Amino acid sequence: MAHSTVGSLEQYNYDIVKKFTIMAIFWGIAGMTTGVYIASELAWPFLNFDTAQITFGRLRPLHTSGVIFGFGGNALFATSYYVVQRTSQARLWGGSLWPNITFYGWNIAIALAGMGYLMGITQGREYAEPEWYIDILIAIVWLIYFVIYTMTLLRRNQPHIYVANWFFMSFILATALLHIFNNLAVPLSFTDTKSYSLFSGAQDAMTQWWYGHNAVGFFLTAAFLGMMYYFVPKQAGRPVYSYRLSVVHFWALSFMYMWVGTHHLHWTAIPDWTSSLAAVFSILLLMPSWGGMINGIMTLSGAWDKLRTDPIMMFMITSLSFYGMSTFEGPMMALKSVNALSHYTDWTVGHVHSGALGWVAMISIASFYHMIPRLWNTTMHSVKLIYTHFFLATIGILLYITALWVSGIGQGLMLRAFDDYGNLKYSFIETVVFMHGPLVARAVGGLFFVTGMLIMAYNVYKTISNAKNNPRIPTNSATAA
Amino acid sequence: MMKQETVEVNAGYLIILTLIAISIGGLVEIVPLFYVEGTIEEVKTADGKDAVRPYTPLEQLGRDLYTKEGCYTCHSQMIRPFRDEALRFGHYSLAAESQYDHPFQWGSMRRGPDLARVGGKYSSAWQAKHLNDPRDVVPESIMPGYPWLRSNDLDYSDIVAKMTTLRKVGVPYSDDDAGYQANVEKFGEKVAKTLDINKAEDNIMLQAKKGNYDGDPSRLTEMDALIAYLQVLGTMVDFNQYDEKYFIDFR
Repeated sequence: MAHSTVGSLEQYNYDIVKKFTIMAIFWGIAGMTTGVYIASELAWPFLNFDTAQITFGRLRPLHTSGVIFGFGGNALFATSYYVVQRTSQARLWGGSLWPNITFYGWNIAIALAGMGYLMGITQGREYAEPEWYIDILIAIVWLIYFVIYTMTLLRRNQPHIYVANWFFMSFILATALLHIFNNLAVPLSFTDTKSYSLFSGAQDAMTQWWYGHNAVGFFLTAAFLGMMYYFVPKQAGRPVYSYRLSVVHFWALSFMYMWVGTHHLHWTAIPDWTSSLAAVFSILLLMPSWGGMINGIMTLSGAWDKLRTDPIMMFMITSLSFYGMSTFEGPMMALKSVNALSHYTDWTVGHVHSGALGWVAMISIASFYHMIPRLWNTTMHSVKLIYTHFFLATIGILLYITALWVSGIGQGLMLRAFDDYGNLKYSFIETVVFMHGPLVARAVGGLFFVTGMLIMAYNVYKTISNAKNNPRIPTNSATAA
Repeated sequence: MMKQETVEVNAGYLIILTLIAISIGGLVEIVPLFYVEGTIEEVKTADGKDAVRPYTPLEQLGRDLYTKEGCYTCHSQMIRPFRDEALRFGHYSLAAESQYDHPFQWGSMRRGPDLARVGGKYSSAWQAKHLNDPRDVVPESIMPGYPWLRSNDLDYSDIVAKMTTLRKVGVPYSDDDAGYQANVEKFGEKVAKTLDINKAEDNIMLQAKKGNYDGDPSRLTEMDALIAYLQVLGTMVDFNQYDEKYFIDFR
């Protein structure tokens, strides 16, 4: 692995990393606040205020796009540009122009998509709601991203491509593939925002969930594993636990993820064999997933004491624990018999959030706390506030997923309950009434998490303004703690 | 046998091998669905016509409103083959029933009930009242109200463009006599008339007037279109005509 060198501020393009980092925090707060709002709409429906633009159906894609592509996407651009430069010991390719195009292109695409949702402009495909013209913009940005990334790798001053970059590369390639095929559509005309998908019905469903699950697999997992493989060893000051495990982890994960999307379509009108195949691969996927988790956690061996003293390390290990938990829960829910109960319920939503908040957001937050002092050549304004953030986030997630276990499993059981005469025991609306309590608790859990993000934003703001007011000579010992 | 070492020092190898690794799953699972016969069940009526037909122009406009408002974020349109779902929602959904759905709206969540067979389950008057304010008819409902559907006039100015685009992606709307005759053959004359792009606007008026979905015959509103769509959901296949075993063979 590359070592940070004196004078690194000039050696690397940190400007682009800074921009993406700040936008990630911005979208994180915007997307998660929207999340808390729509969660509240489910608990208290008067919050829809009979206003088209803020009804649940239109705001929900704003939440998902905001957190996945806004927060997650900007975090991935930031960290991948940071990691590829540091581990290649080379400056980012493309001068300041091309990386900036990815920055503005990406963020404008999300903003345009978000405004469109409020006006009802959507493809009606989960997590692929942006209409055709935004999809084209995203595809162009993504191609440039791929070129920048590859060209930077080719410039490397190290013979080996570091493991984090394998994962980032896999994520870039897979996302391109998924994005293009799932968004094949024909617009009404070149001046009309509306389009119809090329595929229909069963084939369309297969394509969508091949995309949908691999958005999780590559966008929200492989790439964040790239983050893990760089920032966890860095923060621990230890090498990655096992090189061999990381090789197996990488190839097995890249190969197997693409098979499992159909577990979102168990018991639906698709051929049974696709669904069985997806279930088998989902179970198999547990192994590389846990291999990766073990590799990450065991990297701390010899430095376990850091868990007592370093809040960033606490974020990292907690995030890896959630990764382990949700990659266990996922295969379990991919079993047809479990899925019969869990599908269509809040259990799925809870599962997604244990991955998205517990794993994805926490590893990103940890990476930011590691990276920001180095980018601005300073120390974090307050370590205490990082601790506060950690506890707010952890309590928030636990509240959230526990509430949705109750809501989801409860609803699933109620829907399949029969009375002594073989009639349905509950009407649908009775399950909705039952879910009110858990839905309130879920909104509160989300509120905890957003509060943590606001504290982070304040801490980062103070850190950056301190750095600007008191510039320090470059050193390589700037750490958060 | 290529070693990891080789891949690790060469970005080209890394890219190509990764592409291969991530392509196989999708190729094996998705591509066959376009070719394997029986992915879409064959469902014929007693007189040998296709039971499942494309949406009428009014229904299609309603369907566009359904996607626009994001109904799929809370309602599924895919009934699974379980006893409780059969009792609650009806016969399990067939692939054939969504073969003209661009995009599919099977959904992934039931914050509200499944809608795959909601057609005919409630009167249009109930639907209009419910969409306007769900708590008028179901006090415990958590669904938002959609009062603007009743006040917005239906915009059908682009119906020809819409049907023409849908034709491009495979929905058999007709724009000439040959296409019309083919539809008569496939769906029967009554249905074929509704699929004629040249008569789209007349057909919208005709269906809205006859259906009077929103209860206000003097106006053509978004409510008319959405309810027209809801009322056709799941009604095209008459399951009494088929032996249950028939559909099982397709899975």
